[in-house]
Amino acid sequence: MKYSGFSKRHNILRRQILKGFMALPAAIFLSTSCFAATPPTSEVNTTGLAITDDTVTVGILHSLTGTMAISETGAQEAEKLAIKQINDMGGILGRKIEVIQEDGASDWPTFAEKSRKLLVQDKVAAVFGAWTSASRKAVLPVFEKENGLLYYPTFYEGLEQSKNVIYTGQEATQQILDGLNWVAKEKKAKTFYLIGSDYIWPRTSMKIARKHIEKVLGGKVVGEEYKPLGDTQFGSVINKIRLKKPDVIYAAVVGGSNVAWFKQLKAAGITSKKQTLLTISVTEDEVLGIGGENLEGFYSIMKYFQSQDNENNKKFVAAFKEMWGDDSVIGDVTQAAYLGPWLWKVAVERAGSFDVDKVVAESEKGDIELTTAPEGYVKLHKNHHLWSKARVGQWKKDGQAEVVYTSELIEPDPFPAGYQ
Amino acid sequence: MGDYTSSELVSIFAMQGFAGISLFSVLLLMALGLAIIFGQMGVINMAHGEFMAVGAYTTYFMSSLTETYFPSFMPYYFIFAIVVAFFVAGVLGYLAEFALIRHLYKRPLDTLLATWGLSLIMQQSFRTLFGAREVSPTLPEWLLGSYQPTETIDIPLNGMFVLALTAIVTLGVFYLLYKSSWGLRVRATTQNRVMSGAVGINTKKVDRYTFALGCGIAGIAGAAFTTIASTGPTTGTLYIVDTFMVVVFGGAASLIGTIVSAFSIAQAQSILEFFISGSMAKVYTLFALVLILMFKPEGLFASKVRR
Repeated sequence: MKYSGFSKRHNILRRQILKGFMALPAAIFLSTSCFAATPPTSEVNTTGLAITDDTVTVGILHSLTGTMAISETGAQEAEKLAIKQINDMGGILGRKIEVIQEDGASDWPTFAEKSRKLLVQDKVAAVFGAWTSASRKAVLPVFEKENGLLYYPTFYEGLEQSKNVIYTGQEATQQILDGLNWVAKEKKAKTFYLIGSDYIWPRTSMKIARKHIEKVLGGKVVGEEYKPLGDTQFGSVINKIRLKKPDVIYAAVVGGSNVAWFKQLKAAGITSKKQTLLTISVTEDEVLGIGGENLEGFYSIMKYFQSQDNENNKKFVAAFKEMWGDDSVIGDVTQAAYLGPWLWKVAVERAGSFDVDKVVAESEKGDIELTTAPEGYVKLHKNHHLWSKARVGQWKKDGQAEVVYTSELIEPDPFPAGYQ
Repeated sequence: MGDYTSSELVSIFAMQGFAGISLFSVLLLMALGLAIIFGQMGVINMAHGEFMAVGAYTTYFMSSLTETYFPSFMPYYFIFAIVVAFFVAGVLGYLAEFALIRHLYKRPLDTLLATWGLSLIMQQSFRTLFGAREVSPTLPEWLLGSYQPTETIDIPLNGMFVLALTAIVTLGVFYLLYKSSWGLRVRATTQNRVMSGAVGINTKKVDRYTFALGCGIAGIAGAAFTTIASTGPTTGTLYIVDTFMVVVFGGAASLIGTIVSAFSIAQAQSILEFFISGSMAKVYTLFALVLILMFKPEGLFASKVRR
């Protein structure tokens, strides 16, 4: 027994020595080949972010519970997919991305509190999150005070530009103007009926739409209507629309109301056979709730549709379904959320640092582009928004859209002159 | 209004009239279950909306089940789903009464908090079971589209369906409460619990079945509303305010009051909405409600009970 014990220890010792020898050339090899990809932590992180020699921590902040969970689920799934893919490629600056996820719970003060926790306590290098304008407005002062970096995925009303936010969705003019031009040209539309839910995004969007219709297109707005959020009764509004006989119904109804609105339109006999309808608030996600049969033939204007036929998108859709199940659908915001981590990766690598100031400076050069974006191609403008194309999709019964129009690349203009 | 023919105006008028009646039937169907629970039992059931959601989800579940296993049954499943929704919501209500509510009859204000907690639990359960996204059952063809008595009039079929269903449920509730011996026991228990117990009424059993019935009717309402709106984890919260508004305005404990209140709110709302914008119509309607309640705090039809 004693002998064998000695032998064992001896063996271990010998093995360690051998391992040491074997590791020697490997160590030399590693240090020469990987040095460029893995710069020391002190170099890439001068502001005390949560970065080690082989990891970097980021935050994801979306609503997993509450009303907005419906919409935000897709966004956080896409962000996790992008992060997984980046990690599979070796991470950023030789560091794997680790995620701390927080739940905004559809409650705007909670968003602010959680973002403070992510920035102050967890020291995350970037946050991917927020969805509604209200939640963005709630976290904005926190990001500005703590000098954090937020990638915000939703199409929104514009009129904002912060040093600490990169907006990966389209601002209002990128979504609205081309859609109106298209419908005026293709459908010879002259009269418009505007209807939306009663909060900042639809109201700002309709303001821009009205200006464009009246001043540029020479058309007429025959009605403008806002319904309280969550309202499910559209009978009277539908009759009003009947009375006004508009060429186009232009809709920005959101949430549960959206489903009621389209179901009741169909029930009232207003279908695409008799009426052109263009909406800025329906993506594949919403169609799940509304039902393709209620939308058939109506148009949405977005920058991305799941059915888009290009190689990037096919790969993206396949990867998304592999990770989150075959039933998943991908809407406009989900795709925009997917761009966030990739844009961050390019900016960090070009800056050679995770420091927020350096990453922002690199992003503000206005030449970061993603040729692998599912929507085709995007470029980051120095005003923190993306150049993107507007697309009109016509809904089919199966809940997918057929892209019937694609614009040129549109320059983001969050503060459009003459539209405010 | 110059460029409309008179027949067009008549059509719009007819359709607008129907929109008002349709809203009335929706409000009434929503409020019936609560009128029983809040009106008869005095329980402030904040989870009432969630019991509607149970009905809606049951319908969705039945729809996917039928679509997968008995596609030929699709045109008929909806009627069946309503019945199942009634029983599922009713059984859940029965259990909720047994586990939670019965301990709180002596502390009516605490039921507010307890049932609110119950509603949160139910919402999160829906989210876990069915996902956060909104779902829609596949509706049978005969419920989609509109009925066209003339060239220019479209009457929504789903609206007519909800109207008919509301009529049936209302008559059923009336019969149960005012014509059946069970209803007699319910009303006796509401008026004087101790005396009812003394004459041999099992008041605990009456409570349990009354609560279950209210929840079951909420389930029917939820199933019916899948034809006009959406189903999501928080669907119930969309309805709860309107529901309480109708019951309180009508005067608790009065079924006639609930009907009159649903009718007047619906007409005010839909007529105002036709002439001004949707948000403002709601503001004026609520403003009028507040004014009337200031002068008649017991609601339109106060029950004549000595206090």
